[in-house]
Amino acid sequence: MATPNTPLWEVFIRSRNGLAHKHCGSLHASDATMALQAARDIFTRRGEGLSIWVVPSSAITASDPSEKGMMFEPAESKIYRHPTFYDVPEEVGHM
Amino acid sequence: MYTQALNTSESDDRHVEDATQAAAFQARIDAEERIEPNDWMPAAYRKTLTRQISQHAHSEIVGMLPEGNWITRAPSLRRKAALLAKVQDECGHGLYLYAAAETLGTSREELVDGMLAGKAKYSSIFNYPTLTWADIGTIGWLVDGAAIMNQIPLCRCSYGPYARAMIRVCKEESFHQRQGFEIMLTLCRGTEGQKAMAQDALNRWWWPVLMMFGPPDKASQHSDTSTRWKIKRFSNDELRQKFVDATVPQAQFLGLTIPDPGMTQDDGGHWRYSEIDWDEFKQVLAGNGPCNRDRMAARRKAHDEGAWVRDAAAAFAEKRKHRQLAQAAE
Repeated sequence: MATPNTPLWEVFIRSRNGLAHKHCGSLHASDATMALQAARDIFTRRGEGLSIWVVPSSAITASDPSEKGMMFEPAESKIYRHPTFYDVPEEVGHM
Repeated sequence: MYTQALNTSESDDRHVEDATQAAAFQARIDAEERIEPNDWMPAAYRKTLTRQISQHAHSEIVGMLPEGNWITRAPSLRRKAALLAKVQDECGHGLYLYAAAETLGTSREELVDGMLAGKAKYSSIFNYPTLTWADIGTIGWLVDGAAIMNQIPLCRCSYGPYARAMIRVCKEESFHQRQGFEIMLTLCRGTEGQKAMAQDALNRWWWPVLMMFGPPDKASQHSDTSTRWKIKRFSNDELRQKFVDATVPQAQFLGLTIPDPGMTQDDGGHWRYSEIDWDEFKQVLAGNGPCNRDRMAARRKAHDEGAWVRDAAAAFAEKRKHRQLAQAAE
């Protein structure tokens, strides 16, 4: 019987106090604990992180980049969602 | 992104809160460290934040009602598109905030049920009616102006998920106040009748907006610990004063009169307002404002009438799961 492939994990690191975890790469490991240890060794050798998350890559559902036009088109025409769309005279100051 | 699964094992609240843990926690706060969902925290910190963030979320959701009232009657397509976009934003902000509150270990369903049962509060301001189009301008200019004054310091709140949600909210909200002011400016440069409508809206909203900052410092029950925990960075009265000082020149620019004949400017340039009618505030909080019953009825109706959508989505997900399992087995 063939040995199953080692599962793939996505790694997220909180680089600084107060920031959200950010995706930084992926790695192979047999379970979550080993994935965390491997993530520490691979991605934080120079103190890049305060906290690490590992998530099985198979648990991620992604949008299809080739359909990004259709996916994000609705936001493109809505310039009134931006503050610069509205006229506020300069004398009024920052708002 | 966060789920309760992050808060594993027994809830932290069951720990005996020894003085060492509490002191270490306070030291982290004092050092401006952000507290994250898996960190140890005092039970009272968790409870205070769950209450505050969920109330904030409920306010965003209930806040859609007074403005939604005018979407179909906006005076132009431009105004209608802007108002729709603003109400969509409020909904999104409610969802960011519910997600932040959930990281503290209470489920979305419990939080929403607390509001529908009348146990959890939302901002008193949304219990006032929007009678004319000028009310929509006034809400953007003053209600959102006051909300921004409150929310900017919350971007530095000690609880990480709340602070990060507020950063996103503040960034997106920057257009809300401007669109409100633009409506007011257009009315004030319009006919006599339009300007009178703008003044009438200001007259009705001014005092309720000042109440949005909460009870005066001498009567506020939550401020001391919230300040020590850096959930709150400025007192209610400090924020209220900042808001008044920023708003008076804007009203002058519009040519409108603040409905407070006793208002004076002190030597430091601060505008001193008259005594606020705190009995009215208490009445509105107790459920006796002009629209409390309407707002609750609208939320309950929406929740009940949306039940079939939640059921259908769950049933569809279940059906799809079985189909995929069956396909995988072939």
